[in-house]
Amino acid sequence: MDIKKVEEIVEKHHKDSGQLIGILQDIQAEYRYLPKHPLEKVSELLEIPLSQVFSVATFFRAFSLEPRGKHSVHVCMGTACHVRGAKRVLDELERSLEVKAGHTTADKEITLETVNCVGTCALGPIVVVDGEYHGYVTPVNALSVVQGKEKK
Amino acid sequence: MANVIKKLKNKEDLETLENSLCASHNKDGLLVIIAGGTCGEARGSKKIHDAIESSCKKHSDKKISTLYTGCHGFCQMEPIVIVEPHKFWYHSVKDSDAEDIVNSAISGKPVEKLLFTDEKGKKIQIEEDIPFYHHQKKLLLSSNRKLNPTSIEDYISNGGYAALVKALSMKPEKIIDEVKIAGLRGRGGGGFLTAKKWETVRKAQPGEPRYIICNADEGDPGAYMDRSLLEGNPHNILEGMIIGAYAIEATHGYIYVRNEYPLAVKNVTIALEKARELGLVGKNILGSGFDFDITISRGGGAFVCGESTALMASLEGKIGEPKAKYIHTAEYGLNNKPSCLNNVETWANVPLIINNGSDWYGKIGTKGSKGTKIFSLVGKINNTGLVEVPMGIKLKEIIFNIGGGIPNNKKFKAVQTGGPSGGCLPESMLDIPVDFDELTKIGSMMGSGGLIVMDEDTCMVDVARYFTEFLTEESCGKCTPCREGVAQMLWILDRICKGEGEEGDVALLEEMSETILEASLCALGGTAPNPVLSTIKYFRNEYIAHIKDKRCPAKVCKSLIKYTVVEPNCVGCKACAKACPVDAIEQTNKPATIKGKVSDKMKIHSVIQNKCIKCGMCIESCKFDAINVE
Repeated sequence: MDIKKVEEIVEKHHKDSGQLIGILQDIQAEYRYLPKHPLEKVSELLEIPLSQVFSVATFFRAFSLEPRGKHSVHVCMGTACHVRGAKRVLDELERSLEVKAGHTTADKEITLETVNCVGTCALGPIVVVDGEYHGYVTPVNALSVVQGKEKK
Repeated sequence: MANVIKKLKNKEDLETLENSLCASHNKDGLLVIIAGGTCGEARGSKKIHDAIESSCKKHSDKKISTLYTGCHGFCQMEPIVIVEPHKFWYHSVKDSDAEDIVNSAISGKPVEKLLFTDEKGKKIQIEEDIPFYHHQKKLLLSSNRKLNPTSIEDYISNGGYAALVKALSMKPEKIIDEVKIAGLRGRGGGGFLTAKKWETVRKAQPGEPRYIICNADEGDPGAYMDRSLLEGNPHNILEGMIIGAYAIEATHGYIYVRNEYPLAVKNVTIALEKARELGLVGKNILGSGFDFDITISRGGGAFVCGESTALMASLEGKIGEPKAKYIHTAEYGLNNKPSCLNNVETWANVPLIINNGSDWYGKIGTKGSKGTKIFSLVGKINNTGLVEVPMGIKLKEIIFNIGGGIPNNKKFKAVQTGGPSGGCLPESMLDIPVDFDELTKIGSMMGSGGLIVMDEDTCMVDVARYFTEFLTEESCGKCTPCREGVAQMLWILDRICKGEGEEGDVALLEEMSETILEASLCALGGTAPNPVLSTIKYFRNEYIAHIKDKRCPAKVCKSLIKYTVVEPNCVGCKACAKACPVDAIEQTNKPATIKGKVSDKMKIHSVIQNKCIKCGMCIESCKFDAINVE
């Protein structure tokens, strides 16, 4: 783990503690989660208590203190997706991937998560796989969408 | 396009730039507009843009240009392509259509198969004639189709930053007056008078620094107009903020934007850099002596951060916990300094008011609600997308004239407005005009503009449970009524949906709601019971059906439904058995009847109830209507 990266990130945000969320987002983008050591480094560089860094890291749903899988799968649970059956899509993915939302598969390949709304309601139910949006997902095609077999 | 653009030292520089950009613009030329935005890109608009570009190159003698814009609003019909000057409006375009589209620009004859077909089967050529667009009044969204959001030149050549020039020649008090006379109210949900907030901020803590904040933490699930504005026309928001900053004498601003909107973050970041390069943000803006800069902060995905005090706490690098409301952020906000927070759509209205004047703006809308409002019309509706309508229009007109009603001949049941803080309204309420005060009167609210349409297959108890679950997860946990109360309401609703509801549950929900509404610290808790209260008010019989009859009338709640095979329809094709993930469908010995003949090979199937997980895969896979939900 290269701690220099953390220094660079904090520097990019002008050592501004007001930018703590942004700093943690950049660190998470680097490591795919928030490891302990970088958090300590952030606290040291910003001169704020580690408890504050930890509170922010655990308050916001965007952050994870556990390593995430290689691929991220976000099932949109917005209202428009909900009334079109997003829960059934999520249920099927939890069942077929054998993982609960918010967790990573045993082989560390996929982290399954929910998101409140990605704002592409016309296409609902939506599943975002590694940043790519897939619309009109059903329980029948959900797994193949995640595995990349489905055409958009 | 103009060469390297230098920093603009004064308003004359901006005018010169605008003139030169307009002069170099080929007004009568052929232009193919491709709608981008997140919805468009999700459907492949980038690929289509590339295909059209390369097709244009084949006809280089015709001088056809392309324009890659933000969202055009009719999200369901994406990818959308428009051909100018013929105004041909194409939908559901594929990259293989590129050549045909370019040829249609040259020949002036539209590609029939890509045109919109109305319900009578008639082809419609141009945008304005399509019912979805025809009834709208696009003041804010109309610019999205005219410009490339990453090009400040496009914004300027379309008259951008003219309002800023005008504002800088006005006294700050006069700007606030204009916004006041225009009657602009906050579009984020509360509908507070914008000018009143500005006045308070301007007068608070004399001599101290003050801040401008743009709330782009659009957390209401099902609402995405702010995303579309930021993605499609980011300079408009920046311009509104700069004018606001000048009016209240702020020197720094923040845009707090959802990280779940990567394209909006990208486009507004590019826009800010370009505006800074040109000197429209920074020191001594256009030679006026006014300094103002902006920082973009990405949110951490917490709904409560849409609340002003929580948002400001998170801008200070703290967790998003709200403060008690007796401290006004207009006086003691970010870093305890006066702070003016408005949402994206509110800021977008500011340049419009300055450019056209308050009298003009005041003529649009109702007595108490002026201007237009953008709604995201989603859910069980034929025409899904963003619609911009004048205040005062009836909900009925939006849903049926613009939205085209409910798909698959289903019946309308309810429309949900105001997100998790709002309520569900039945058909009898659809004559209500879109107006801040009218919507509040009937137990809902304008909110940020989500309109989620529900049909007869939507269970209203499940919807109430959904919002309550959402709010339980999003409650920051600081105050007890919200943290514990909403969680208890969820527990009760869970029981009802599982068929374990008891008599008295509805009364208990109502009683708890009263306490939570009264005693919560911030607006999240203070409005959290609304979805439950409004569904009880208008759909009480559904609660009764769940509690007394242990029945879910909409056939949604898993514990209360059963999948069965409709024997006369079953042909024994095994599609359901193959689709079933838990082997809960078996073949019986009964022969299937196919087209009136008893088959000697095919057997009717049946569902093994104790194995069935009610995932609905069988119903999706059956082509013969042979699976029933009861």
